[in-house]
Amino acid sequence: MCLAVPARVIEVNGDIAIVEFGGAKRKVNITLIDTPNIGDYVLVHVGYAIQRMDPDEAHETLRVWEEILKQ
Amino acid sequence: MGGNTEAMKFLFRENHIARRVVERIKTLNQPARIMHVCGTHEQTITKHGLRSLLPGNIEVVTGPGCPVCITPAHEIDEAIYLSENNIVAIYGDMFRVPGTTLSLSRKKAAGGDIRVVYSLQEATDIAIKNPEREVVFFAIGFETTAPMTAQVLLNNPPRNFSILCSHRVIPPALDFLLREGTGIDGLIDPGHVSTIIGARPYEPLSKKYHIPQVISGFEPLDVLVSIYMLLKQIKNGEAKVENEYTRSVTYNGNIKARGMMGEVFEAASREWRGLPVIPDASLTLKEEFENFDARKRFEIPTISDESCGLDCPACKDIIKGMGRPEDCPNFRKTCTPDNPIGVCMISTEGTCNIAYRYGTNIIE
Repeated sequence: MCLAVPARVIEVNGDIAIVEFGGAKRKVNITLIDTPNIGDYVLVHVGYAIQRMDPDEAHETLRVWEEILKQ
Repeated sequence: MGGNTEAMKFLFRENHIARRVVERIKTLNQPARIMHVCGTHEQTITKHGLRSLLPGNIEVVTGPGCPVCITPAHEIDEAIYLSENNIVAIYGDMFRVPGTTLSLSRKKAAGGDIRVVYSLQEATDIAIKNPEREVVFFAIGFETTAPMTAQVLLNNPPRNFSILCSHRVIPPALDFLLREGTGIDGLIDPGHVSTIIGARPYEPLSKKYHIPQVISGFEPLDVLVSIYMLLKQIKNGEAKVENEYTRSVTYNGNIKARGMMGEVFEAASREWRGLPVIPDASLTLKEEFENFDARKRFEIPTISDESCGLDCPACKDIIKGMGRPEDCPNFRKTCTPDNPIGVCMISTEGTCNIAYRYGTNIIE
């Protein structure tokens, strides 16, 4: 139920953005987050973006894991 | 999924990192009973066979983490009753879950006007297209899903639209489980609930019960690393809230979403299916929104719920993390996804349903 999927923003129109999940496009409501830019990744749950995701953060996660494993 | 997210997914599934984490876990040699409270975590753990990678002295159990499974039968009965004269819109997850005597799918077959929607927006669209009808949205889910209900109510919903509010919240439920005592040494906190509420609400629990917690993402490596982080805390006698899922979760969470929830909802004490009344672990609409509260707008008869609608006694233990599907005599025999007896088998996020689809074998 709490499944949320990352998608790329391809269009922003007021409260609504068009996002792309692997080729499938969908309208999502973006009023729960600060307005994203085109090309940003957002985490989508039941038709709403709940978080902006920075692709660099993914690499940051790997760095944090390395640190944890080194300790 | 776009190229980037696809590439990212594989970054989080690298075998060599998994092997290193598992080696570290084995070297720590720390026995532990770890609980998570999220159907999506259970999906990751079982689908990727993570239990089979862990030493035998580490047990990972599932707490009450599927909102579909913990919605009480009598609240489903309310939606069923309302569908006799109104349109009831639901998330698909609820469609097959039985109330006291019927599920919404059976009620639909018997003529109830029940519409499955992907998003709450679709439910308000139905209300706009059917101005002569009343449209009730059966709002279930934890903090991940409650902000959407709040957002719609704060943005001039159609007059013929209302909410049957069955949202539940996680931290008071964790407090209840820890107070009751389930022999848990550490908690994996749910990543998408935490995306909304942040890491902060878990801190009082760590202080009160001296329980280590790690907020985890949903890739298999996220969960393995989180288990390792918990084991280290347990070994060192620490009890803090750590955040493994930093790419989505912040200390204060999604402030906008939390603000909307605060405007619309207040805490209530209602039961969870298979559990008793948990203080402040439910949400109800504030008085200002009573015009949109289906329980105020309609007279809904009270239907007895003595059995709580759980026909399988093992589900009660499984929901609390006190039992595993393989302990249940019905599992895989008389209870299957096509012919479920208990709620843990009905929802695709139920522990038994996941175990049925991906297996439960522990490889030593």
